[in-house]
Amino acid sequence: MRLSAENLGLERGGRRLFAGLSFTASAGEALVVTGPNGAGKSSLLRAIAGFLPLGEGRVTFEGGELEECVHYLGHADALKSALTARENLDFWAALLGGTPGLVAPALARLGLPHVADFPVRALSAGQKRRVALARLLVAPRPLWLLDEPTTALDVGAQALFGDVMRAHLAQGGVILAATHAPLGLERAREIRLEGARQIAFGDMA
Amino acid sequence: MRALTALYAREWRTARRIGGGASVGAVFFLILVAMMPFALGPDLRLLAKLGPAILWIAALLSTLLGLDRLFQADAEDGSLDLICHASAPLEAIVLVKCAAHWTTSILPLVVAAPLFGLMLAMDGPALGLTTLTLLAGTPALTMIGAIGAALTASLRRGGLLMAVLVLPLAIPVLIFGVAAASAASGGLVPFATPFAVLTGLTLFTLAAAPFACAAAIRGVRE
Repeated sequence: MRLSAENLGLERGGRRLFAGLSFTASAGEALVVTGPNGAGKSSLLRAIAGFLPLGEGRVTFEGGELEECVHYLGHADALKSALTARENLDFWAALLGGTPGLVAPALARLGLPHVADFPVRALSAGQKRRVALARLLVAPRPLWLLDEPTTALDVGAQALFGDVMRAHLAQGGVILAATHAPLGLERAREIRLEGARQIAFGDMA
Repeated sequence: MRALTALYAREWRTARRIGGGASVGAVFFLILVAMMPFALGPDLRLLAKLGPAILWIAALLSTLLGLDRLFQADAEDGSLDLICHASAPLEAIVLVKCAAHWTTSILPLVVAAPLFGLMLAMDGPALGLTTLTLLAGTPALTMIGAIGAALTASLRRGGLLMAVLVLPLAIPVLIFGVAAASAASGGLVPFATPFAVLTGLTLFTLAAAPFACAAAIRGVRE
């Protein structure tokens, strides 16, 4: 399994965000996209997910149909506030091709069993985020595209999610995450979007 | 298939818990019908003659109510993006969402139509035929409305724009629906002809609209 991007370029509203961006990620690898606000981190993830048309370049994914192998976690939690956390996850498990048996372990993994049967509108922002993160576990998919995954999470939950990501990588998954905060992934490579066309590569310490 | 039943269950639960959809649509329908005698006067023969048309116009306007949220709610909370990554095709997902909307919000209107028709002095056969035409024709209104809803999903105030887009497209359904419903109360044509066209329109929109909706959702997202 391998995700590769060649010469990606993207424009939003007539403004060029980046051009000539190439990278590859194989099984077990994590890439972290960093850069100032407005550099195009979210747009890059949305373009790879297929939600935005790519201006230039192409994304190839070896290992299956990209749409059915990818988890996208955006700024919005994609939860129905009238339904309970468990109902939301049951729905996503069925829609994304997971199994119902994974919902309870996913809730437990993210420390949510006690709020599983409350309507999502009664949960705090951090708890909603945890439910959204649990979605990654209810339907096993190899490629995770994470846009600011740790927003609103407390320190404990950030560490917990670090473990979840490391377990996913150990199972041969691929993570592409846009973030400002360190995610606790030791061997992640960095794609730094500098705004005006400059792209740097480096290793995350 | 499991994905689609789960989607139907989610739409059903959301509609039941948030409320508004079924009950507000039915109350709006009731208000529209109840206002007609005030506007037209207490001439029972005139009301009975116009009854099918009044019920159809009221059903058309009530159908539009709430339809603008069909995709907008999912676009706002981020679900619409993820639905595009589902293991089921987007066209089938659109069809299931429309079916759930029809059963939760429109079917109550159809059930209430004969009751409200009594207020327009309509007789038994006219009530029956009007209800039957509404049952056959409202799925077409829902599917046409869904195209407008998909096009305006990402707009904050898309409701009115949706109505402006959709109402002209609903004219053929209205023409044949009212023509078939009026057959019992001395219409110009026998019942079967316009009813067959109406059913045909419904089948055509059921087949074609999911593709139009899916294309609109893929095309307009940011």
